[in-house]
Amino acid sequence: MDKRNNPLYLAWRRFLRSKPGVISGVVLIALYLVAFLAGFLAPNNLAVQHPDAVYQPPQRVYFFRDGRPVRPYVYQLKRERDPVTFISIYREDRTRPTPIRFLIAQGEPYRFLGFKTNWHLFGVAEREGYFFPLGTDQFGRCLFSRILVGSQVSLTVGVVGVLISFAIGILLGGISGYFGGWVDTLIQRITEVLLSIPRLPILMALSTVIPASWPSTYVYLGIIAVLSFIGWAGLARVVRGQVLALREVDYVTAAVAQGASNLRIILRHIVPNLSSYLIVTATLALPGYIIGESALSFLGLGIKEPMASWGLLLKDAQNFQSLSLYPWLLTPGILIFISVLAYNFFGDALRDAADVRSRD
Amino acid sequence: MGSYLLRRILVAIPTLLLISVLVFAVIQLQPGGFLENLLEDPRVSRETIENIRRQYLLDQPVWVQYLHWLGGIVRGDFGYSFLNSRPVSELIWERMGWTVFLAALTILVTWVIAIPLGIYTALNRYGPTSTALNFVGYFGLATPDFLVALLLIFLVLQSGGTAVGGLFSPQYIDAPWSWARFQDMLAHLWIPLIVIGLDGTATIMRQMRANLLDVLSQDYIRTARAKGLAERVVLWKHAVRNAINPLISLAGLQLPTLISSTIIASIVLSLPTIGPFLYDSLLNKDQYVVMALLMLSAVLLMVGNLLADLLLAWVDPRIRYE
Repeated sequence: MDKRNNPLYLAWRRFLRSKPGVISGVVLIALYLVAFLAGFLAPNNLAVQHPDAVYQPPQRVYFFRDGRPVRPYVYQLKRERDPVTFISIYREDRTRPTPIRFLIAQGEPYRFLGFKTNWHLFGVAEREGYFFPLGTDQFGRCLFSRILVGSQVSLTVGVVGVLISFAIGILLGGISGYFGGWVDTLIQRITEVLLSIPRLPILMALSTVIPASWPSTYVYLGIIAVLSFIGWAGLARVVRGQVLALREVDYVTAAVAQGASNLRIILRHIVPNLSSYLIVTATLALPGYIIGESALSFLGLGIKEPMASWGLLLKDAQNFQSLSLYPWLLTPGILIFISVLAYNFFGDALRDAADVRSRD
Repeated sequence: MGSYLLRRILVAIPTLLLISVLVFAVIQLQPGGFLENLLEDPRVSRETIENIRRQYLLDQPVWVQYLHWLGGIVRGDFGYSFLNSRPVSELIWERMGWTVFLAALTILVTWVIAIPLGIYTALNRYGPTSTALNFVGYFGLATPDFLVALLLIFLVLQSGGTAVGGLFSPQYIDAPWSWARFQDMLAHLWIPLIVIGLDGTATIMRQMRANLLDVLSQDYIRTARAKGLAERVVLWKHAVRNAINPLISLAGLQLPTLISSTIIASIVLSLPTIGPFLYDSLLNKDQYVVMALLMLSAVLLMVGNLLADLLLAWVDPRIRYE
């Protein structure tokens, strides 16, 4: 077939015309790459505590010394007490410039593709001092490293959650729309129940079902299960509507006449024709999962230590005092904002490219 | 209209029954419970706990417990809060006022702000103000409510303000209503209003803009202009009137988000609504309170949807429920 008539090629061309869509696509790829390489890109281990550097503000990186460009360096910070308020304040120790080294192997090993390694892209030699690009938290843990490693949780919860929701939603929505009758009524009633309870309260209640004794990896899977348990209902409803419309189309009637089985008709004839619609719906549903996870973790009902997620990191900024004294604790929020915005723009551009709106 | 209302209420009953089953099941699945936690308290004897268990039928089979709970709800008895040692319904009524007040006020403010902004951005599509407004809209949609709350608190604290958290300054919490107390409330109220309403404002603004652009390209608008009507009349009587109608169903769809936002905003800002109450009860596994609040949020949602449908029928003469 001529390339110019290939619908996928045409959709790709239409997608490239949307500037916000392309930019968000690049941003998303970058975010996932960073999450994949998080252990390597993070200068410090996410769990290592530095009791002598508690609530240390971000360190500034210098590129010039005496007006001449030099290898990037930072100053070590000295903790002092404010004589009046007794709040500890950090000052740059100008006598201790510390060069940033690239590709150094030090510190606790982390896992990468099953291997244990302790190579880092950049960092400060351990015997020379610390480097915390975004400051530290109440235990002196490197916030930058925690954000990077936390992105692995925050960015995958949505994808895995949407995939599970879609599997359930397509199956039940498809059955509901295709067979009709009492099966349809039953499934519709269940989705109605799930959609009749506001999202946050039921998510909060469901996440307390996860036992506190579970290790954090199980909790992670549990949170995905909780999000998917609520998320599939809306998708099932959408799929049902589409299947109802497609059931009457000629090629489905033809397949029925040929004696194709119901499962074959749903999976081979109906679902492929919905695929573009489903992909767009999935992309636009993803931000909801990211926000859901971050809200739960922020409330202390989601991901738990020693894992990290952006919502969990923001929990440290919850009380008013740390918010005013240690504003750098808010930086994980910027990443939630960027990733949600990128998914929104990306989904909008996909929708326009696939032109599925006309089928609504 | 009466028969339509009756039908809607009858249809809601089986849904509510199923919701009650789901809510009850979720609470049963929770590991441990308030009384299990109480076992570790040396001040409470084992007999006391056994007595409480018997009193609330917690030693009976699950289905007996469910029917007992459901029977209580039908009679208006939502059970007992172990944490507060008081009936659940009393506790909820105390917080219901502020919850509904905050939610209703947010809806009002949202509409009063979002509709004109939507009209403005539709009429001045490429101006700098519209671009800025659209950006604020995207910001509102892409930022979780609790993050908006944190940012606002941070900004207020940075600029030297202290009116964050709660609805009143400490000296006014138990004071009788006065002009000063009212002013103090207004100083606190704007943060929760923004946190709860930003999302809805952005959605309604975008939808209003899209609807109005849609309507403005319709033939009857051209006809109205062709017959020489003033642009003011064309815009307000023909275009805006028709563009607003679909938004009323949108308001119904927005309710779950609004309730969720109210809950999380109240937890972050410690407002006296059902939000922190639900949170504390969940953490302490105060089961009757949690079940009551979940049921209540579902009922609020259903009532809100019904009101939106009735409002739509009242505003749009083409829609009749008979």
